[in-house]
Amino acid sequence: MIVGEQKPVREIIDTIIRYKKLLILGCGTCVKTCFVGGEDEVAALASALRLALKQEDRKIEIEEQTVERQCENEFIQEAANAVARNEAVLSLACGAGVQALAKRFGDTPVLPGVNTTFIGIQQKPGLFTEECQGCGNCVLAVFGGICPITRCSKKLLNGPCGGSQKGRCEINPETECAWQLIIDRLTLLGQHKNLRAYIPPKNWQPSISGGPRKYIREDHII
Amino acid sequence: MNALPLSRLHSVLLKGEFAVTAECGPPRGANEEVVKQKAQLLKGYVDAVNVTDNQTAIVRMSSIAASALLLQIGLEPVMQMVVRDRNRIALQSDLLGAYALGMRNILCLSGDHQAFGSQPDALNVFDIDSTHLIHTVKTMRDEGKDMSGYALDKPPRMFIGAAANPFADPFEYRVVRLAKKIDAGVDFIQTQCIYNMDRFKKWIHLAREEGLTEKAYILGGITPLKSSGMARYMKNKVAGMDVPDEIIKRMDNVEKKKAADEGIKICLETIEELKEINGVSGIHIMAIEWEEKVPEIVKNAGLKN
Ligand code: SF4
Ligand code: SF4
Repeated sequence: MIVGEQKPVREIIDTIIRYKKLLILGCGTCVKTCFVGGEDEVAALASALRLALKQEDRKIEIEEQTVERQCENEFIQEAANAVARNEAVLSLACGAGVQALAKRFGDTPVLPGVNTTFIGIQQKPGLFTEECQGCGNCVLAVFGGICPITRCSKKLLNGPCGGSQKGRCEINPETECAWQLIIDRLTLLGQHKNLRAYIPPKNWQPSISGGPRKYIREDHII
Repeated sequence: MNALPLSRLHSVLLKGEFAVTAECGPPRGANEEVVKQKAQLLKGYVDAVNVTDNQTAIVRMSSIAASALLLQIGLEPVMQMVVRDRNRIALQSDLLGAYALGMRNILCLSGDHQAFGSQPDALNVFDIDSTHLIHTVKTMRDEGKDMSGYALDKPPRMFIGAAANPFADPFEYRVVRLAKKIDAGVDFIQTQCIYNMDRFKKWIHLAREEGLTEKAYILGGITPLKSSGMARYMKNKVAGMDVPDEIIKRMDNVEKKKAADEGIKICLETIEELKEINGVSGIHIMAIEWEEKVPEIVKNAGLKN
C-alpha cells in the first residue's frame, strides 16, 4: 500500500487560510489503512481545524466526505457536488489522489493534507515500513525476497557495507540492515550461490530516473 | 596481479617490501597550503597517501584536486572515490581526468551515508556500488572500455584498491565480500582500523584459506588513539569499529598526559604483530588530524628508515 503521514495542523492552516468554505476529502483505501486519510481521520482533522480557527477568530465552513479511492475517476465523481459547493478541497489521499482530483476538477484548488512517504506494509499494528521503490525491474528473486534498493540505505547490490553491525544499519540502530536480512534469508533458502555472485550495475531506465512513467494496455484502451 | 608496476605503491608491493600508506583529509576550504603542509609531514615516510573523498559526508576540497596538489610536492596519492555523490557518468569522467592529471592509485568506496555529515538534507546517488566501481576501473584498464563498452582513447591504468572491514557483521560473510571485490578486480585492500587483533587474525586466516591473500595485497589499518575519550568514541560512535575493552582499559589506566604515548605504543605493538602475519603486505595509517605522528610511528616501527 501507499503510506503517508498527515501534515502538521499548523502547515495545513497556512495553506487553507484564505478559503471560507472547504471540503476535506478522505480516501478509503491505502491511507485509511495507515490511519491518515479515512473517514475517522477526516472527522478528526475537521474538528481540529474548526477548533484552531475558532480560537484564532476566523470563520470557516468545513464539509467532510470520504470516497472509496481518490485515484480513480469513477469514485472521485461521487465528490463532484461537494467540490462544487466549496472553494477548495483539502485531500487526505496520497499524492496520486491529490493529482487525480486536480485533473478532474480543473478550476478548484486542491491542497495536500498528507505527506506521501512510501510503498510499504504494516509490519505489525502501528508500524509501517518501506518495502519497494517501484524501480520498474524487480530483482527480488536474486535477493531472497528482500529489496536492497529500498531497504539498504546505500542501495548496495553487492553488500553489506562495512557499517553493518549486529543486524543493524549504520545510519540508525533502529533500522535493520537489509543485507543481514538478505544473507539470513538466502542461507535459509539454501541459495548461498547468490551471495557469492557479482550482481552487475542496475539499469535505472525503467525507474523514475528514466523520466515520468506510463503503462499502456492497448487491450484496454477504448 | 599485474606484473608491471602501475604505480609506485604497486612497485613497492611487487618487490615484497612492507608498504606504508597514510591518509590526508582535504580541508573544509580552498586552501591549498593546508594540503601541502599536511602532506609535507609525510614525505619520505610513506609510499603513498590516501586522499579522502568528502569523508563522513562533509564538504571538503575534492579528492582529485587535493591529489593533484600532492603530486606537485612529489607524493604519490591514493585517490579515494565514493559512489555516494556521483553517478556512473561523473565517476567515469572523473576517473579519466584523474589519470590524465597523474593519479595512478584509486580506492573505490561506498562512502559514509550523508545522514552522518553536515548536510543530511542532500540527495544521495548510489547509482552503482563500490564493487561496481572496482569492476568499472578494471574494465577500463584491462579492456580499454567504459561502462557502455566504448573503446577509450588511452585507457586509464590504475592500481585498484578497496576497503575491507573484518570487524563488521556478519563475520563469515566478510571474506565472501572480499572475494567478490577481488573477483571484480581489486589489486589491494586497506582494512578498517585494527584494535581487535584476534578477530583480524581469524579473518585473514579465512582469506588465506580461500587463496585471497595471493590475489590482492592486504594493508592493515592503523589508527593511533589519542585519549581514552577517543577510544570510547570509536567504540560507541563509529560505525563498523571494534575496540575491545582491554584497549579501553589500557587507555584508561594511564595518566591523561601519557594517554597519547600509550596510544602510540598500542599502535606500534599492532604493527609488530601485523609484520609477522602471513598475507599482510603492509599498513595503512589513518592518524586522524594527527598526521605529525606518522613519521614517529613509521620510524619506531623500524619501517622506511
Ligand atoms: S526490486 Fe524494484 S520493484 Fe522489486 S521491490 Fe525493489 S524497488 Fe520494488
Ligand atoms: S548497514 Fe546494511 S543496510 Fe545499512 S547501508 Fe550498510 S549494507 Fe546497507
